[in-house]
Amino acid sequence: MATEYETVIGLEVHVELATKTKIFCGCSTAFGAEPNTQTCPVCTGMPGSLPVLNRQVLEYAIAVGLATNCEITRYAKFDRKNYFYPDNPQNYQISQLYLPICRNGGVEIETEEGGVKIVGIHEIHMEEDAGKLIHDDWEDCSLVDYNRSGVPLIEIVSEPDMRSAEEVIAYLEKLRLLIQYLGASDCKLQEGSMRADVNLSVREVGAKEFGTRTEMKNLNSFKAIARAIEGETQRQIDLIESGEKVVQETRRWDDVKGESYAMRSKEDAQDYRYFPDPDLVPVAVSDEMLDEIRAKQPEFRTEKMKRYKEEFDIPDYDIEIITGSKHMADLFEAATALCGQPKKVSNWLMGETLRLMKEREIEAEDLRFSPENLAKLVALTDSKAINSSVAKEVFEAMFEENVDPEKYVEEKGLKTVNDEGALRGVIEKVIAENPRSVEDYHNGKEKAIGFLVGQTMKAMKGKADPAMVNQMLKELL
Amino acid sequence: MANIISDETIEYVGILAKLELSDEEKERAKSDMGRMLDYIDKLGELDTEGVEPMSHVFPVQNVFREDVVTNGDTREALLTNAPEQKDGMFMVPKTFE
Amino acid sequence: MSIIDMTAAELAAAIREGKTTAVDAAEAMLERIEEQDKLYNCYVTVDAEGALAQARAVQAKIEAGELTGRLAGVPVAIKDNMCTAGLLTTCSSKILYNFVPTYTAEAVRNLQKAGAVLLGKTNMDEFAMGSTTETSAYGVTKNPWNTEHVPGGSSGGSAAAVAAKECFYALGSDTGGSIRQPASYCGTVGMKPTYGTVSRYGLIAYGSSLDQIGPLTRDVTDCAAVLEVIASHDEKDSTSIERQDTDFTAALIDDVKGMRIGIPNDYFGDGLDGEVKEAVLAAAKTLEDKGAVVERFDLSLVEYAIPTYYTIAAAEASSNLERFDGIKYGYRTKEYAGLHNMYKKSRSEGFGEEVKRRIMLGSFVLSSGYYDAYYLKALRVKALIKKAFDEAFAKYDVILGPVAPTTAPRLGSSLADPIKMYLGDIYTIAVNLAGLPGISLPCGTDRNGLPIGLQLIGDCFQEKKLIRAAYTYERARGAFPTAEKEVG
Repeated sequence: MATEYETVIGLEVHVELATKTKIFCGCSTAFGAEPNTQTCPVCTGMPGSLPVLNRQVLEYAIAVGLATNCEITRYAKFDRKNYFYPDNPQNYQISQLYLPICRNGGVEIETEEGGVKIVGIHEIHMEEDAGKLIHDDWEDCSLVDYNRSGVPLIEIVSEPDMRSAEEVIAYLEKLRLLIQYLGASDCKLQEGSMRADVNLSVREVGAKEFGTRTEMKNLNSFKAIARAIEGETQRQIDLIESGEKVVQETRRWDDVKGESYAMRSKEDAQDYRYFPDPDLVPVAVSDEMLDEIRAKQPEFRTEKMKRYKEEFDIPDYDIEIITGSKHMADLFEAATALCGQPKKVSNWLMGETLRLMKEREIEAEDLRFSPENLAKLVALTDSKAINSSVAKEVFEAMFEENVDPEKYVEEKGLKTVNDEGALRGVIEKVIAENPRSVEDYHNGKEKAIGFLVGQTMKAMKGKADPAMVNQMLKELL
Repeated sequence: MANIISDETIEYVGILAKLELSDEEKERAKSDMGRMLDYIDKLGELDTEGVEPMSHVFPVQNVFREDVVTNGDTREALLTNAPEQKDGMFMVPKTFE
Repeated sequence: MSIIDMTAAELAAAIREGKTTAVDAAEAMLERIEEQDKLYNCYVTVDAEGALAQARAVQAKIEAGELTGRLAGVPVAIKDNMCTAGLLTTCSSKILYNFVPTYTAEAVRNLQKAGAVLLGKTNMDEFAMGSTTETSAYGVTKNPWNTEHVPGGSSGGSAAAVAAKECFYALGSDTGGSIRQPASYCGTVGMKPTYGTVSRYGLIAYGSSLDQIGPLTRDVTDCAAVLEVIASHDEKDSTSIERQDTDFTAALIDDVKGMRIGIPNDYFGDGLDGEVKEAVLAAAKTLEDKGAVVERFDLSLVEYAIPTYYTIAAAEASSNLERFDGIKYGYRTKEYAGLHNMYKKSRSEGFGEEVKRRIMLGSFVLSSGYYDAYYLKALRVKALIKKAFDEAFAKYDVILGPVAPTTAPRLGSSLADPIKMYLGDIYTIAVNLAGLPGISLPCGTDRNGLPIGLQLIGDCFQEKKLIRAAYTYERARGAFPTAEKEVG
């Protein structure tokens, strides 16, 4: 009988914090600037420059720690991790090894069987991001851009508590949602503001000891993570079955080829010579500081779902979807507060919004329309100023460019014509031009009226209330 | 000399510190480092059981800056010292194989 | 009195009173540097044009009443490990042979705001690693008292420039005695302030937890005046300390009555030169005669300071000097095969022997398997040394001792045996480990006419006690000969 194996997975998740400035200097963290235009002596490792900690980084790190049930280290320090690489301007990265800011936490995830499981969090530490290396084929060299150098990161190190790709993704989704709710990061895998390294080993089912693990890097989507886990599990099983040994090493996942390869070099000793950074002073977290951060913690998803059930008359399914994104929940609440129509706001989100998101392949966090405009759109349909098909057109424009629905309707002349006189003229013309349908109607074919309504709407270029057209048609016939 | 530094150790430290020594320099480095470590071993005479390692001499804590952008674009100045540059970036030997 | 012979305070007063100008002072100094620096090699870079332009601008401000400080218009020399915008800053290393910073060190900025005129950058041991200024990539500096002797180090260029009257005062940096020891060898006053008193922003780091900038001056009055200007709380340096008591010139008081002075027995044991011992004890007697209560005591742990220091300083240095990699600034080797070879060749060709020695040692003591045994052990001993000083300062206001075991050694006699050279730091090093202030001032000459330094050590933040004791001693001692008389 074939041996059965179990996969043991732990994650190191890097999250770029949503601060305005870098962790140790006053340079902007804004995305997409020209290379090296958001740099200074500190984040480019100029001789004589010194780091000073951004208070917001500490607050975000503690907030994430509290949200993931960690103990907050009351006396934390920064350490230097020494290694040479061109994207690392000082050739050491300021990180935390000995006294990280958060330890011993955990989050609940739902398992495939529908149960609940806790994934332990070993620690969370603060550190600085590296710069970007760009390969230049023409010169056959690399080019360094330090705009990202010094962007604040937290690294969330889990315990080896996960056993499948599904659990890994559930854990990542959970972290992502918590952090988005906190506003500490937008957590976008594709853009690199959330990155996961996978530590994986296999062992025979029932074995007590862990097998030798490898670390996999360069995983920038949930799909890539799932594929990499599957690939690495199989690679390790194959090695074991063929009598070979798994080597503890760092491997890079190539998602295009669907395989990983070792990142080995005799010049990389992997001996980081960590020691406390003498340029930074310790962080002492007081009770007051903790209380303040605790007081600022937002309502998380579970509480929000509970409150929605009590406050709003919308289906559980809607609540599930809406609260699945902090941004969408914010949109929902703000728009509802403005127009007082939770059900209608929810319908827009569940219907057109999801449809367009799927079509355009964008995430909820990237929705650009404002709650004000959504509320205005609800008001416009409520007052019958526009009909539902016009409303969809308006919504699409709003979805794309966050247009003001009132202005848009005005400018495009989309307002429903409620003038009975004008409508009567059009309807009479439609009746005159469609004698067969009129006859069908009179012969009891109720459906024929639908065609006539359609013709009227067409003649009105959509700017009529179909119910009103229906009503008037019946009268005139 | 109590501390004998091997060729492998010097080689290894050279990888960590990114230093490449000539054979002659290596021999000197082995002897110098061995002697220094013998000297440092003197610290072993002291009982430091229960003594907290002192990385910072004064109890200064919690020095922060606020999250406000204070720096602008100084790329031109940044690159004035670059040994090689291209397109506003530092040029380095290729890092990808 | 010729301009050249004035102290900084005297010159500033003369400029204020219109007896001379900042431009005259700068010209006189530049002329002197031009004449004699070929002999001493105090400077790596002399910025004649820049100095004259600054002098003219400062003079105009003085005349307009915008600059009234004690140092306004006075030319200064800066150790070449402090960044100066637009002016070559080499750390006396080949690896920074062409580095022109885009910003100025905070301490230098403070001087500039007070109307200082920068003459240039002084020679030093490469990256401040050394005690003789012989490890400089830009030639040795010679002691103006006797050019066959070293000026000390690592701030040897600054001390020699003050002694040779090639500047009115200078800034140095002190990691293990690098201000006090050359001041002692060159017969000038030199002070290492309490850690955190002067911003380290723009000081190219050697041992970050130990480095501190301080003045090298012709007398104690200037020392207090310079310290008063450079001390500041700097938000760019997390280890900078906010102090309210930086009016150091207020401590220039000729009175030590009742001051408790402790003399550590451990500072007068084997290895201390007899003439040095005699001169230092005579200075103690002078202070006793002025009313101080002088006592002998056992400081303990003195012999452990050196191994502790070299472990910590080398570890920090190995990390601090990683940034010199041939990518962003400085020297890059001409031919290389790939990235790692570029790193290795650039660094091996760019750094000198002593620097490489300390980087290797530092990398080793931090490496996997040795961190606890070496680095953490050293941090624990550091805590014990601090405690020994705390206990001493519970009893004494000031600790008095020699700066160095001998007067300035002959050129070329030190580098051959590194450990022997390191032993020369025995009286200065513990002060850095404990973050304390220390001052060195001349208290005599040996049979060869070389100056002997007296060291006074204070508890943290007690610079004023040091200044008061040093000032009182200086007044009692009377005028000290100057180097030029010895060399003609």
